[in-house]
Amino acid sequence: MKNIITLPRPAYIISSATVAGEEEFSGPLGESFDFHSVDEDTFGCDTWEKSESEMQRRALTMALSKAGLGNDRIDCIFAGDLINQCSASNYGLLSFDLPFLGIYGACSTAAEGLLLASSVCSSGLCGYAAAVTSSHNASAERQFRFPLEYGAQRCPTCQWTVTGSGAFIVSAEKADSCPAVTDILIGRAVDAGISDANNMGAAMAPAAADTLIRYFEDGGEKPDMVLTGDLGYEGSSILCDIMREKGHDISGIHADCGLMIFDREGQDKHAGGSGCGCSAVVLGSVIQSNLRAKALKDVVFVGTGALMSPMSIQQGQNIPGIGHLVRIKAEV
Amino acid sequence: MDINKKAYAKYADSRAKKSPIVKDCVKAFLFGGAICTIAQVLKDWYGTFLSDKDSGTLVGVTLIFITALLTGIGVFDRIAKHAGAGTLVPITGFANAVSSCAVDTKGEGFILGVGAKIFTIAGPVILYGISAGVVYGVIYYILKALGVL
Amino acid sequence: MDFMMYLKAFLVGGAFCVIAQILIDKTKLTPARILVAYVVCGVILGGIGVYKPLIDFAGCGAATPLTGFGYLIADGVKSAVDEKGLLGVLTGGLSASAAGICAALFFGLLAAVFFRGKRKK
Repeated sequence: MKNIITLPRPAYIISSATVAGEEEFSGPLGESFDFHSVDEDTFGCDTWEKSESEMQRRALTMALSKAGLGNDRIDCIFAGDLINQCSASNYGLLSFDLPFLGIYGACSTAAEGLLLASSVCSSGLCGYAAAVTSSHNASAERQFRFPLEYGAQRCPTCQWTVTGSGAFIVSAEKADSCPAVTDILIGRAVDAGISDANNMGAAMAPAAADTLIRYFEDGGEKPDMVLTGDLGYEGSSILCDIMREKGHDISGIHADCGLMIFDREGQDKHAGGSGCGCSAVVLGSVIQSNLRAKALKDVVFVGTGALMSPMSIQQGQNIPGIGHLVRIKAEV
Repeated sequence: MDINKKAYAKYADSRAKKSPIVKDCVKAFLFGGAICTIAQVLKDWYGTFLSDKDSGTLVGVTLIFITALLTGIGVFDRIAKHAGAGTLVPITGFANAVSSCAVDTKGEGFILGVGAKIFTIAGPVILYGISAGVVYGVIYYILKALGVL
Repeated sequence: MDFMMYLKAFLVGGAFCVIAQILIDKTKLTPARILVAYVVCGVILGGIGVYKPLIDFAGCGAATPLTGFGYLIADGVKSAVDEKGLLGVLTGGLSASAAGICAALFFGLLAAVFFRGKRKK
């Protein structure tokens, strides 16, 4: 089994664009998103699923224009979301008329897409590739929890699905000041015995730990920042505990997208953000700009996902977690 | 990855932040009590021009109407977030379960969307309520026939 | 104005909610399961004859919680069996709860016609 896979040549993230909902805009990172909703997160559509597709369409459109590329230059899009059969991506990216591969990694999809896009560009199979992901709080609530107007209390370990979409354009051609993906590590699904869908952080933390342990024990260098997808409050502290126990203390360099995107207490977001859009918009906004400004030099990004479905939960199955690692450097 | 699932589940549970049960219970008590008091006020008023049985029925219908309206305009879930069981347990909780499922599934059409999904949460309540009633009815009938009652 | 009746309605109604709140916070019971449990409990308590005195004591404090809905079903079945014999087993429950079920479904439908879901805040 391969652990760290060093790409034959770096894959540059030549542009990224983010679209966010209103709650996300009023959070601590609000100002750094490229576009945000002004119409109660509907994005001008009559169903939430269409709204989510529209976010993906906008995100990729903006990423292309930032990169100064015409539609016809993209050789492959990797895209995914949380809605049944990846339909938000299927419909959202239909109008681009480009080679398209739908992927599913739950909340780890942003990392999975970036990992695949970097691999095909680095190997020379594609000139330019795109990775797009999204999640919408309203469509996810409908699919995984209750109707939007249903009066249920959320428990303190619950995470809040982020309304957001991020698009990344990757190329092997060196571009000025662009960060690059140099190494990847493909995660393994880990079943840690958690079956409570209201405590996903605990279900995903062992998978993130598994990936990071494989990274460090395969000789991976300690980066400036270990950025996990969306473990939230409980998951983040569990991850740091496991890592310390295994002799790889990351508590000083660890950050979590789910904790960064909201003011947990002030915005009443319980354990923090989650969803494919969460890590996509955090990575595509502040992390990218910090890498471009060289304020961050070496980021190990581990997108984490909980691989369950509403049906598997009802049938009482455990929730396996997964964590895909992408190492992004500011200068190569 | 080697992991002792039982031990980990226990550990994860110990790390999980607990619900503020005292605060939740106080709020549930106040909201729930208030709804029941309003119901009693309505019943006394309806009682001035209706029979006892009919006024009770109309109280239920009134609360259900108010809940459907508050659900439609998107206010009910914001009250329920604080009230918890205080709005769940009175008939308002049942009415909200019905109307929220209805409002939410409009996009899938009025037959298989609204028409079918309106029963998502209400269905089990009606099913097990009347089924328990049937079981009770059979027992009552047998006991009566045997002369026990 | 019977102040004592309002106080009793408040206290008993509130108590029913506190029991459910403890169940929500302490167990993994979902709200739907709690609603089902309350209705079934209402039928049982109504059947063994302890719910009627509670309604006489607390009025809407016992009638408004979903246990009251269960009591209504049990009471309806009992009257129907008294009136029609065995057939009453099948007709009593739904007839007694018809107003509540019908109102909830019809107003729910109206809500779906006039409103659309809003994002969570």
